Amino acid sequence: MQRVGLGPRPGELDTAAAAGFGATLAALTGPTGPDAGAVATPPPSFPAPAARPGKNDIAARRAQRQLEAGQARQLMGWWLDRMAAVDQPFPERMTWFWHTHFATSVQKVRYASLMYGQNAAQRRLGAGDFRALAQAMVVDPAMLVWLDGGGNAVGKPNENLAREFMELFTLGVGNYSETDVRQAARALTGWQVNTVADTASLNPRRHDNGPETVLGATAGYDASSLVNMLLAQPPSPKFIAGRIWTRFVSDTPPDPATLATLVTAYGPSHDVTALLRAAVSTPAFRDPGSVLVRQPVEWLVAALRALRLPTSKLPPAAIYQGLTGLGQVPFYPPNVGGWPAGTPWLTTAAALTRLKVAGALVKVGDLSPVTDVAPSQRVEATAAMLGLPAFTARTATALAPLAATPPQLVATALASPENSLNA
Amino acid sequence: MKVLNRRRFLTYSGAAAAVAAAGGIGWKELADRTRTDPLPPGTGVLVVLTMYGGNDGLNTVIPAGDAAYQSARPNLAYAEHEVLDLGEGLGLNPGMTGLKKQWDGGTLAVVRGVSYPQPDHSHFRSMDIWQTASPDHPLSTGWIGRWLDANGRDPLKAVSLEPVLPPLLAGATTAGAALPLTGLVLPKGPVGAAFAAMGGPSAGEPGLQAFAARAITDLHRTVDTLGPAVDAKNAAATPAAAGAKGAKGAKGGNALGTQLDVVARCVEMGAPSRVYSVSLGGFDTHADERGTQQRLLTEVDAAVSGFLTRMAGTDRGRHVVLMAYSEFGRRVGANANQGTDHGTAGPMLIAGSGVRGGFVGAQPSLTDLDAGDLLPSTDFRDVYATLLAGVLGSDPAPVLGPGRSTLPLLST
Repeated sequence: MQRVGLGPRPGELDTAAAAGFGATLAALTGPTGPDAGAVATPPPSFPAPAARPGKNDIAARRAQRQLEAGQARQLMGWWLDRMAAVDQPFPERMTWFWHTHFATSVQKVRYASLMYGQNAAQRRLGAGDFRALAQAMVVDPAMLVWLDGGGNAVGKPNENLAREFMELFTLGVGNYSETDVRQAARALTGWQVNTVADTASLNPRRHDNGPETVLGATAGYDASSLVNMLLAQPPSPKFIAGRIWTRFVSDTPPDPATLATLVTAYGPSHDVTALLRAAVSTPAFRDPGSVLVRQPVEWLVAALRALRLPTSKLPPAAIYQGLTGLGQVPFYPPNVGGWPAGTPWLTTAAALTRLKVAGALVKVGDLSPVTDVAPSQRVEATAAMLGLPAFTARTATALAPLAATPPQLVATALASPENSLNA
Repeated sequence: MKVLNRRRFLTYSGAAAAVAAAGGIGWKELADRTRTDPLPPGTGVLVVLTMYGGNDGLNTVIPAGDAAYQSARPNLAYAEHEVLDLGEGLGLNPGMTGLKKQWDGGTLAVVRGVSYPQPDHSHFRSMDIWQTASPDHPLSTGWIGRWLDANGRDPLKAVSLEPVLPPLLAGATTAGAALPLTGLVLPKGPVGAAFAAMGGPSAGEPGLQAFAARAITDLHRTVDTLGPAVDAKNAAATPAAAGAKGAKGAKGGNALGTQLDVVARCVEMGAPSRVYSVSLGGFDTHADERGTQQRLLTEVDAAVSGFLTRMAGTDRGRHVVLMAYSEFGRRVGANANQGTDHGTAGPMLIAGSGVRGGFVGAQPSLTDLDAGDLLPSTDFRDVYATLLAGVLGSDPAPVLGPGRSTLPLLST
């Protein structure tokens, strides 16, 4: 539930244990009907941006930047709340996965409305046919701004989008040549972004009609046919399967037989949910030694869910500075490669920052599952509330002296080694 | 540091008691060792500055007098009179006035045309190659991480000032410590004791969970040893910091400047660290490059030249060498968006009191190109080998493999 969901809420782990692995997985990955939590957290709407102030109007430019930064934070807070509020976490879990895959930063895109458009497309298409998602992303307005696709025109190619689309989004490094990048860039020429309408459209006068030769096949490609061709390359399903594996199962790559199973599940319809179900049905997923390091956003969302807490109850600085200190702010990936996985998150500083953020959370969160039981049972109750199988003897012994003060107990437990991982 | 001993001793006593209760290790002994065992004066220290995104080398160390440069970049080129002349037809970007002074003072070396065989145009693969120092096959360890592995496996010997640990500090058995700029103040009282006790080992737990626990242990050591360097209240009380001219300076506001400010304080107080990692991103200039890059280089210049000036003022500081690099340079020709696409070779900057100033390595030709890209003249591993041997006093072979050459970068 930690890895396929967003962390269980109090009691959900017991329900899942009673239902069994298969039924829980089917329910988690096959949400049905409207989600009350999603309905209760409608996305913010942003007014169409005004014309950019002139270069020399310093005050107006500063005001504009402040407005944009405020909207980006509003969008971030909304998404964290949405992830914390949903009863059926899978759509948000996949949206988060695709945000880390198609990593796009509002730092360069600037308009929160464009970022929300991309986010909504990832939510709409993130659990189905990967081809539909890739088609949407290659001409997504935020993506075009982020990777300079809007400046890519016939006779004046800009390689940025073409290169990252092949390297990071569909094929993986080493599965194409420099010539392929330069040819693919020509296929993606001509797209322009309208930041008032939040749309992108093809300007035929700026499009290179080819023909281009990409990966040995020659055609007059456009964005759509280029994506189709890339996804039909044998390395592509393996690459997508590897990305799912790393974020949901293990840092250790799958063996060839397992990889083949995943590729078969993904199949000709590029079925992301089938791929994910296959990945988490492998013995590696259920191996107790197989754990993943929680990324900071996953850690925070799991804590918000466990404490039944919307971000609006927290000082905005606690959230934003906390995530900044931990090195991961939604909509602000460090670069197009996204965030790292694994031990880079377990720095000497990270546990202390988690403890600090946890201190803010327990002041306003619902601690009743812990406060309602006798002090002697509170360490165990804390593990249950956080959805952890159990604490080690080390951590249980460390936490025991805090049983009389539940806020301190829960805050420290949130910073424990056990809670740093998705078991 | 002395004024802090009592408070820190008390913090530690609590932690030690708690860990002892949980069957932990000899905390106080560890803390005492780092406190009583500062870096001996005269020990070399290396500062690694990573510029993420692929800094355009041709607009950093600029061949402004070369007609081929001007014609390849009509809207992007700097005119000869704009650059800061270094001789041999090259000049620094106009934003780098502080480093020009270092050059004039003989403490800045420019290594030209640095890359590796068969350059890769992917940011991530190329940065991996630079950080792992393994162009031929992917490695999971960084070059400084392997140096940690081979030199006592002490995480405090290499410190990152970044929120996420860069791969270059990851060894097979040791990872460098992370020191956040926001300060490291450990909780006190029962929470502090419980927190410290969670850093102990627990038999049979998964490897990553044990890693997370060890990070808590390493944190306590980091705070004990380096904490004063980032504790703003203590900074002024550190004698060396108070005595150093322009310790913070007008330029201290930027992110890189803040990182280097903490490094300076660590060095001055004799922290046992030998390597510091700092970084700045944003160099991926596919569009409207000139203004963006000059702003970034101005930030680098202010932070680095301020740091170098400060380091030149103390004995410990005069043994510090700073190395700046990026994962690649950029294409010789501009693209249509007044930017440049990913390229190959670029210059490295090596600076410090012990550096032999001047050019090292041949400047790549602007006309003899490989598909529009510069042909490298110097292998980056030779720069690393020179610094490992000359600054860290270590044999480069366990880190880089046998057979590396040494470059004339250091005066000692």
